[in-house]
Parts: sequence; structure tokens; C-alpha cells
Amino acid sequence: MTDAALTDPFMVADTDVGSRLLLGTGGMTSPESLAMALRASGASLATVAVRRVDPATRHSLVDLLDELGIRILPNTAGCFTAVDAVLTARLAREAFATDWVKLEVIGDDRTLLPDPIELLVAAEQLVDDGFVVLPYCGDDPVVAQRLEQVGCAAVMPLGAPIGSGLGIRNPHNIELIVERAGVPVILDAGIGTASDACLAMELGCSAVLVASAITRAENPALMAAAVRDAVAAGWAARRAGRITRRFVAEASSSFEGMVDPEESVGR
Amino acid sequence: MTTTTTVNGQLCDLASGTTVATLVDQWCPSPRGVAVALNGEVVPRSTWELAEVAPGDVVEIVSAAAGG
Repeated sequence: MTDAALTDPFMVADTDVGSRLLLGTGGMTSPESLAMALRASGASLATVAVRRVDPATRHSLVDLLDELGIRILPNTAGCFTAVDAVLTARLAREAFATDWVKLEVIGDDRTLLPDPIELLVAAEQLVDDGFVVLPYCGDDPVVAQRLEQVGCAAVMPLGAPIGSGLGIRNPHNIELIVERAGVPVILDAGIGTASDACLAMELGCSAVLVASAITRAENPALMAAAVRDAVAAGWAARRAGRITRRFVAEASSSFEGMVDPEESVGR
Repeated sequence: MTTTTTVNGQLCDLASGTTVATLVDQWCPSPRGVAVALNGEVVPRSTWELAEVAPGDVVEIVSAAAGG
């Protein structure tokens, strides 16, 4: 690993986030499993949903994350309208004493794809209200640019629908988003395994957010470690400057100095 | 017009003068990581002791859950 890859800080809104792997807690099968995965991932930031308290619940997710020294990034998961998302974000700010919010406003409950119109409305309101907004968006470069223009601190395009594990469906669009973005691009949703996370970083993303691929893996802690390594590898590969893709071959061994077969055999 | 209060989607008969602080106490093992909305507006933690819940009010008490 190069020193540059190790020491380049991951900055969002003038804050050094730390790890370029963000963990989503969605899909966790148990607090113990989540704790092991979080430790193995090296994540500094983890998303949580905002939900009605259940008096029957014994464990506290807030306490668990606090014990592990991991910052909470509240998510407006499950909101269908800007009104709901804005209220949820405000509740989260009050509950967790953070101005940061991952803004999720979905269009339908089958695909969980973001509703870009409600998302933009909510983003603008929350930015005006002093939030640091990290919007979960589709892989449309135009929407990503609009979100940045209204003041979002990052953009978080999906690779594929939440929980689908389909990886990055449109790498070209992700590259387009990266090319134009003046804020960090964090690939969020659809990652299925380590290589997807590596690809995201090679495409120029600053970080990835992974939930289901880790929490729902057969061995979440092992997958978390694998994704952590993949993010580091992809980041370094991007910094290393890959070769261009060629339609035909470019010999890696020069033809000069080769033995002439006709001369060698003799006459 | 409804005269019962709704807390987290459940109808409740609350004593008059019940404060948000009391409700949080009843519903949560700890007030840490908790937020409350009263009729769609966030109730700042600093006002929980003073904010009274009236009949017909809709209360949401939330915290972190696995997700996102």
C-alpha cells in the first residue's frame, strides 16, 4: 500500500471522516453480529434508521455504536415524501445530536429507487436548515449535479437497487458523476461483494456505503474485512494510474533482440 | 373529535398534564438517542419537562433502529 493511499484523508464538509467504508446497519441479524462486522470493517461512520421505540427491545443501537467509537449517520430510510424526510431528519438531529443526514426519499417500495423530485426538494430544505446532507440518489449525472448545486456535502449514487447485490449496473454513469462532481461521490446501494466495492473506488468514488452485502453475508465479519481490503485496493489502483484499454494488443516484451530462427538453425 | 392521545400509533388514555418527559420515561429505558414529535413537530429535548400532551394529540417517540 502506498503512503499516499494510506494518508489521503476522506473529507466531507471539512471533516475527516476516516474510513472510506461506511457501514449500513440495515439487515443486521443480531447486535453481536453487527458489532463483529463493524470492528472488521474499520468503519468510522454507520447509518441507522429512525423508527418508533419498541419498549420490548433490550439492546440499544446507539449505545453499541458509541461503545465501538463509531459515529452515527442517521438515514431517512422509508420516507416517500420530502415532508416525511425533513421531519425524520429533524428528529434524528434531536435524537443523535448530529447535523449530518443521509437523505433517502424513495419512489416506490418495490424498487426502493430514489424519487429525484422529492429528494431535491428535501435536500434544499435541509441544507437551508443547517444540515450536512448526503443524498442517496440514482445514477443520473444530472440529478447528482443538481443535488450538489443545492448544497449537498456529497452525492451518493446507487450501483443497483438496495439489497439487490447486483453491483454497479452503470459504471459509465458513475464515472460521469465522478468526473463532474465537486463534492465526494460515495457509492451507496447494490454492492453485493468485495469486487463491487473495489470497482466503485476504481471508478473514482471517494468511498462506499455497504449494508446488505456485509450484514446479510453468511459470514458478515469476514465479508466486512474483505470489503475493507477491496476499498483500499480500489483506491490505490485508482491512484496508481491504470493502463488505457486497447482494442488490440500491446506487446509487453519488445521484439528487438530476438533470436532469428532461420539463422540459428543454420543452412 | 378524538379525545384519546395517539402514541406511536397506539391509542392511549393519558392523565391530564402528562408531559413529554413522562411519556419518554414510560416508553424508553433511557432518554439517550431518543427524539419526540408532537403533532408533526419536533419537541426539543430541553422542553420535554414542560411540554404537555393534550387529548387528541399525536405523539411519535423515535430512536435508532437497524437500517439505512
